[in-house]
Amino acid sequence: MSITQNFTTPISSSSSAFLAPSSFNSRGGHVSLPVKSLGICKCVATPQEAETAYKTRVIRNPNMGKLQAGYLFPEIARRRNAHLLKYPDAKVISLGIGDTTEPIPEVITDAMSKRSYALSTIEGYSGYGAEQGEKPLRRAIASTFYNELGIEEDDIFVSDGAKCDISRLQIVFGSDVKMAVQDPSYPAYVDSSVIMGQTGFYQKDVQKFANIEYMRCTPENGFFPDLSSISRPDIIFFCSPNNPTGAAATRKQLTQLVQFAKDNGSIVIHDSAYAMYISGDNPRSIFEIPGAKEVAIETSSFSKYAGFTGVRLGWTVIPKQLLFSDGFPVAKDFNRIVCTCFNGASNISQAGGLACLSPEGLKAMRDVVGFYKENTNIIVETFDSLGFKVYGGKDAPYVWVHFPGRSSWDVFSEILEKTHVVTTPGSGFGPGGEGFVRVSAFGHRENILEACRRFKQLYK
Amino acid sequence: MYHSTICSFMFSANVFQPRMLVLRLSNTLKNQNVRIGHCTKVPRNVNLEKLQHGYLFPEIERHELMHLRMYPNANVIDLGIGDTTQPLPTVVTSSMVDFVRGLSTATGYRGYGPEQGEKALRKAIVVAFYKDLGIKPSEVFVSDGAQCDISRLQLLMGPNLKTAVQDPSFPAYIDSSVIIGQAGKFVDETGKYKNIEYMTCGPQSDFFPDLPSIPRTQLIFFNSPNNPTGHAATRKQLEQLVDFARVNGSIIVFDSAYSAYITDDSPKSIYEIPGAKEVAIEVSSFSKFAGFTGVRLGWTVVPEELLYSNGFPVVHDYNRIMCTCFNGASNIVQAGGLACLSPEGLKAVRSIVDYYMENARILVDALTSLGLTVYGGKNAPYVWVHFPGSKSWNVFAEILEKTHIITVPGSGFGPGGEEYIRISAFGLRDSIIEASQRLKYLLYHQEN
Repeated sequence: MSITQNFTTPISSSSSAFLAPSSFNSRGGHVSLPVKSLGICKCVATPQEAETAYKTRVIRNPNMGKLQAGYLFPEIARRRNAHLLKYPDAKVISLGIGDTTEPIPEVITDAMSKRSYALSTIEGYSGYGAEQGEKPLRRAIASTFYNELGIEEDDIFVSDGAKCDISRLQIVFGSDVKMAVQDPSYPAYVDSSVIMGQTGFYQKDVQKFANIEYMRCTPENGFFPDLSSISRPDIIFFCSPNNPTGAAATRKQLTQLVQFAKDNGSIVIHDSAYAMYISGDNPRSIFEIPGAKEVAIETSSFSKYAGFTGVRLGWTVIPKQLLFSDGFPVAKDFNRIVCTCFNGASNISQAGGLACLSPEGLKAMRDVVGFYKENTNIIVETFDSLGFKVYGGKDAPYVWVHFPGRSSWDVFSEILEKTHVVTTPGSGFGPGGEGFVRVSAFGHRENILEACRRFKQLYK
Repeated sequence: MYHSTICSFMFSANVFQPRMLVLRLSNTLKNQNVRIGHCTKVPRNVNLEKLQHGYLFPEIERHELMHLRMYPNANVIDLGIGDTTQPLPTVVTSSMVDFVRGLSTATGYRGYGPEQGEKALRKAIVVAFYKDLGIKPSEVFVSDGAQCDISRLQLLMGPNLKTAVQDPSFPAYIDSSVIIGQAGKFVDETGKYKNIEYMTCGPQSDFFPDLPSIPRTQLIFFNSPNNPTGHAATRKQLEQLVDFARVNGSIIVFDSAYSAYITDDSPKSIYEIPGAKEVAIEVSSFSKFAGFTGVRLGWTVVPEELLYSNGFPVVHDYNRIMCTCFNGASNIVQAGGLACLSPEGLKAVRSIVDYYMENARILVDALTSLGLTVYGGKNAPYVWVHFPGSKSWNVFAEILEKTHIITVPGSGFGPGGEEYIRISAFGLRDSIIEASQRLKYLLYHQEN
């Protein structure tokens, strides 16, 4: 009998219950879930009815086989659900998956209502939109975020979110390129690289995939990699402010990065999804750095600014000056991918995005961002007061707490078991995350306060 | 203003060279856009280099824009890109409005949804389309559209396999196959990419491939009702296809985006065929069914029974792709989709489908009355018109030049589309009638 559990609890918006083994156990091939979770949930098919079940002759994509487990955040969701089953009356507080919680300001939803309604009128109906996004929105993004940085409206490609853009960028670059990522970093960079076939196998001893350059970012190096120690990659994923560490690179650091890219002929993919959370005057866009247009792509999102995590809207900037080694503009190939592998972001979401960038919308977004920043302060203070070494929290809605010498999945489990608070284990973001736990600051104020009370109780 | 001019008949046996040069605006010619400045050392993806020109539909748009520049006062009628024109039913938009309003409230706010789609919608899709076919909601993956799903499926399958497509067919199958690295170079003489199997679907074979002559491939893209030919495969044909896939161990990717347009008893889903769950994935969309071309919603069914050669369930990997390379369709749009599938919604979208099919009937009648051989228009919103001995881009150009009507040249869908023009039936009734009259006038006058 397989180790199957029936996850039938109502699925929260942040969970992905699909991988629940119960959906498979009646057919040939099922997923077994190890009871003792040691951090890695290995989803392996063990065909029960292998002899009788029909199999196609299509060989499984070996790249998919290289992936070690499910994507990080559905795994977190699964733990949360398992916990809820165990403690059905527990008031679980989710500070794990970085999911926004505060309502979207009305100035923004009004615009989306208007657009939705208009679609049922003859004058207001629109079918296919430009795959690159509606012109007014592209223009507004350029003028809001890239004013005087030499980025033009047609350098902007509107999308259904940064995560999707990351994979589309991987499709543009293909399998014959090598990536460098920060370690720790947002898992989609590594996972999409594996899926695309850029990497070798996972090496369990070092917890890294072969042929990816992992650029260690630690408190000791100010969360900026020692670029002199890495071998030339083609593509460098750089997220600033960083998920999960919260570190925002300084102008000096980004200048080094741009120089490194220039010297090595590499392309930087700068993920600026949290730029609005920056407190000081660290650069909000890579294009603030001279010369960046010839070496960098920037991807960003309305998810964490406007609470659009479910609405789905983002953008990617590819300057005209960014060229492949044969002189061909990268933007042209990205455009081809956007036209062929995508069909534009939803027109309703785009209407919302445009409203986000109106003066009133910008103010409303800043207020929401400010709210989450205040949450972050509360969490930082809490862990500070408990004597922990705490990082991040100043320029991002994430608090990166150090638990020296401990396994991050163990700490995750301990916190979950004893305080019913979901966090994210640092090793889920790469081996450089071991010994840390990420606490996200999205949540209703009372939940944040309650979670902090529980932390104080546990670690006093 | 539309002016009638009498000039040489474009579809005579002599190849007609229009004075207006048909520019195949290519954005992939090597070095066409080389800039002076820093070049990175990142090599261009060789797969993208293989692509012959821009994706078909932006190319059509570009021709339209050029034409408008030449004739700024022309009343251009667009029967090219299959873009829906009729407003959404209010039952659908009001549910989206309600959902949107809820997003501004504490109780109605929603963040990340399940990447596979909202449970209620997955269930409603099963009830609406797969009732009694043994498909479960857990096998349904909601998306932002079929075109996006096709590429995600290619990403899933990887570069090391061979794909078969109908010829002619929706260009995204071939283009995505090239992009992901499954195809070889394009061969000018044949108009085909190497390592893609082009299954000719012409009137001689009732628009169904001669399967015994097709070598084995790992993937088979099959679109029914077909874009561009409009042919809906019969039950018998689909049984043959499923059997063929089974014998060869292939996976069918069945595109049923136009199934709502079927008027006879052709199967609407591949899963109506016994055994299909073990060999087929089905992709579909709200675009043409509900006018969601700009709103963006679709779904893909991956049955649990579909296994790789090592027994690993395909659905498992597809789920991983959806969780890693995607983040769910917009929640607002999913609310709209759910409303489409309510009894009231289904009734409303049905009447819009009927509207387009009446458009199709008008076009078919008009063209048939001129003695043209016309296919499609019965089970799909596309009319597939034969101009024997012609080059389809030339016919496209002449129709555009002389009647200000945009169509799509058949060769854009593959070499099997040469000599054909696809006319789409989406449009306001008045435009369709006007277009029919212009075509009749042009072609009638050519005759006389």
